[in-house]
Amino acid sequence: MSLKPAQKPSPASPSTHGTMRIALFITCLNDTLFPATGRAVVTLLERLGHRVDFPPEQTCCGQMHFNTGYQRDCVPLVRRFAEAFAGYDAVVTPSGSCAAMVREHHGRVAEVSGDDRLSTAVRAAPRVYELSEFLVDVLAVTDVGAYFPHRVTYHPTCHSLRMLGVDDRPLTLLRAVRGIDLVELGAADQCCGFGGTFALKNADTSVAMCTDKVRHVLATGADVLCAGDNSCLMHIGGALSRLRTGVNVMHLAEILASTEKAPVHGTAEPSPTSWRGTERTKTP
Amino acid sequence: MTVRREEAEMNARTEVLDRIRRALDDVPASERPQDVPVPRLYSRGGSPSAGSTAAGELLAERLAEYGASVHLVSTQDVAPRLGRLVAGLGAGSVVIPRGFPPEWLCALDPDRVLTDEPRLPVAELDRAGAVVTTVAAAIATTGTLVLDGGPGQGRRALTLVPDVHVCVVRAGQVVATVPEAFAALEPVRPLTFVSGPSATSDIELDRVEGVHGPRTLEVLIVV
Amino acid sequence: MSDATFLGMPAFPAAAASALRDSQLRGNLARATGTIRSRRAAAVAEQDDWEQLREAGRAVKERTLRHLDRYLLQVEEKVTAAGGKVHWARDAEEARRIVVGLVQDTGEREVVKVKSMVTQEIGLNEALADAGIDAYETDLAELIVQLGHDQPSHILVPAIHRNRAEIREIFLRSMGAYGTAAPADLDDDPRRLAEAARRHLREKFLRAKVAVSGVNFLVAETGTAVVVESEGNGRMCLTLPETLISVAGIEKVVPTWQDLEVFLQLLPRSSTGERMNPYTSTWTGTTADDGPRAFHLVLVDAGRTDALADPVGRQALNCIRCSACLNVCPVYERVGGHAYGSVYPGPIGAVLSPQLRGTTSDVDRALPYASSLCGACYEVCPVKINIPEVLLHLRARIAEEGRGRLVPKPERLAMAAARWVLSRPSRLTAAQRAGALAARLVARRGRVGRLPGPLSRWTDTRDAPLPPAQTFSAWWKRTHR
Repeated sequence: MSLKPAQKPSPASPSTHGTMRIALFITCLNDTLFPATGRAVVTLLERLGHRVDFPPEQTCCGQMHFNTGYQRDCVPLVRRFAEAFAGYDAVVTPSGSCAAMVREHHGRVAEVSGDDRLSTAVRAAPRVYELSEFLVDVLAVTDVGAYFPHRVTYHPTCHSLRMLGVDDRPLTLLRAVRGIDLVELGAADQCCGFGGTFALKNADTSVAMCTDKVRHVLATGADVLCAGDNSCLMHIGGALSRLRTGVNVMHLAEILASTEKAPVHGTAEPSPTSWRGTERTKTP
Repeated sequence: MTVRREEAEMNARTEVLDRIRRALDDVPASERPQDVPVPRLYSRGGSPSAGSTAAGELLAERLAEYGASVHLVSTQDVAPRLGRLVAGLGAGSVVIPRGFPPEWLCALDPDRVLTDEPRLPVAELDRAGAVVTTVAAAIATTGTLVLDGGPGQGRRALTLVPDVHVCVVRAGQVVATVPEAFAALEPVRPLTFVSGPSATSDIELDRVEGVHGPRTLEVLIVV
Repeated sequence: MSDATFLGMPAFPAAAASALRDSQLRGNLARATGTIRSRRAAAVAEQDDWEQLREAGRAVKERTLRHLDRYLLQVEEKVTAAGGKVHWARDAEEARRIVVGLVQDTGEREVVKVKSMVTQEIGLNEALADAGIDAYETDLAELIVQLGHDQPSHILVPAIHRNRAEIREIFLRSMGAYGTAAPADLDDDPRRLAEAARRHLREKFLRAKVAVSGVNFLVAETGTAVVVESEGNGRMCLTLPETLISVAGIEKVVPTWQDLEVFLQLLPRSSTGERMNPYTSTWTGTTADDGPRAFHLVLVDAGRTDALADPVGRQALNCIRCSACLNVCPVYERVGGHAYGSVYPGPIGAVLSPQLRGTTSDVDRALPYASSLCGACYEVCPVKINIPEVLLHLRARIAEEGRGRLVPKPERLAMAAARWVLSRPSRLTAAQRAGALAARLVARRGRVGRLPGPLSRWTDTRDAPLPPAQTFSAWWKRTHR
């Protein structure tokens, strides 16, 4: 784990826009539970004039296994990842912690496997960018032309903040959204208590942390809590929903995908399919 | 110490060293300590420059933030200022270590002066009202006085047991940074770094000045 | 307060759960850690070369650890030459026996003590008591813990879990039994509480013939020992008695005198958020006419060489016990120190205790998991211990050790199943379908509420999301072919 901001030169510079081969790494969690986020990333990037591929062979980055100590169980997942994304110029993912897992730990898993070919493949794999990094650093855009007329507060998830060093890139993107009423979250850099299997192994402590996060969210009076990682949002959102607070949670991608013509609703009216209001996103 | 104890300790020494060497089997035998790089890119010197009036002023500001009483004085003002200060402390005796500049003592009531020759018992130090010393060096940025037992400073107990410590610092002794001070100090002497009166943060992490060491620290900085 | 006193404690999740119910504790911790966090941030922000200092501190420690045998021998040589005596202890039991023997050699029946983590770790006070020797803790927070028959819960401020009202009660109730009683009209003003401690300990300092201390640093090239403190109790113990016994973990060495210029900038700002702590004492062996006439240095291994043998875990021995990682840790802030079942609590304890004590007990196996991996600890560590990295490393060690079990833990089976599912997209798709179906069966009004079994650990307090009608992959297949 490194705390240095991501400043490696990108293989895909802004000048190569048109021809850049971009792959979307959806992540297993988003694929299964939060497809709206993935659709939003596609909508957004296509709106910005880019073609996105979705390599169908992808599954999971192995973060849950790795963080719980099952490093050897990660080996097939890391191998699959390296094979699925080989040949692309860049990989974009709507998850700070999965991007961090790939960038910081895939090398270690390859080392554990003792398979030199895997180590070579991991080193050769394209760089994985968290969405806000990709937009700001690679595509060099901060105003994506979004419209989202709601009161929003932003929670910087720990892995985005401290492992990837995304800094205020997400806030820069949000500030450029038209109609948004962006309010500052108190004690924003405090962990929400999700922590993967921590949320189950140390459920009591996890919930205690979550409660304080919820308290800060409620203090903002925001309608929507936004973050760059649906895992943390699933945790905080689960508590916001259980408490019937009426505060909705939304991934950054969904707010950035929202436009006047195709708005994403940010209110937490009971939804027919999910407590996430975003489920009603109009898909292209 | 019995023979058996000594033998056990020798065995322990051998075994601990063996364990360390075994633990470090990943370190190449040819590696020397200096092969492990230690980048010292932090600032060594700094502003204000050592010995300057500005350094004295910064020291004064920083010490005051710790709750010390600080007075910037000119050379000729030291003796009268010291006299007034000590007079204001009440009736107790004042310990003056050997080597303290006599010209600074002329305004002190000689009846109240205690010297450490012969060595003062701890109980007597405890009854003393104050101690007046010089320093070996001072660090401006951290508000630190350094005592090394040299002339005018005395042994460590003298600046510890009395409840008031009055300290005279010449501006020329003030350096800006911690590294400058360490370069100038003599490690074989017992050193005491003093940054304000004794304090504690042990109750709710709230700082309270005045525990076991001198509760009052008066500093005269001669500029 | 040895680690032995923590044995028999429940492992972290259960201990944490009961700590979380203590509203007084939660309030005390939130207030205290909040105060110290902002103070540290301010003290660090004004030091422009902070990152360079951290890197130098880390590098000095790395150099030391990689050549530790050599530096320890240098310490021994220099301390001996300066009139001190060096003793070596393989484990806690040996260290206790050495110190008790040294006190007995003086013929004294009481010692004054300066706050020291290693003497707590080895359970020295209990061993002294068993030998009929009274050991008086003189650090204010240690005094509060000792008088309250309590256990320390923080590295720097062992009584952080107590507020001023509780401290007043402890002083009123217990001080009289051990010496000068607290004044009857004692209130909870911290000044008056500190004053009561001063009066209580004064007579002990002035009559003490033997002191026991820890050390913050040992300088190899000169044999100099360093104690960093605030109250002056350290100076009292290091200066007034005739015999000084200092106990040090073998990792306390730094190679050169110059290295102190790094650590004496890093430690106070990280620890109490001060530019410099009120008092730092350095001494080299014994000095004629100043301070103790006899100086003993006890070098303790007690598991440190086990940590040293692990090239990843080794960095935990960089620790200078500043406690900045505790103060920023969201887990520590909510559960306090006792839940960690060790004298070393918080993030550093979670990586240090299982390395010093091994991973054979439930308590030690639970510690590396007592973290959400948020990384705040690494960000503040003045010697750049990558605590999340060591936590992950220890988790892997624990999971590997579990591999050999005849009956695998349910977690291992779940992880293996997840690996199987996630190894092929087709398997994932099938699992997604099954999961979505199951979720729809248990959902009510678009929410997944309380579920039985292990899932209750999530759903007791948080709704679970309802899987959508269509996964992203399915949507992509439908729209992008």
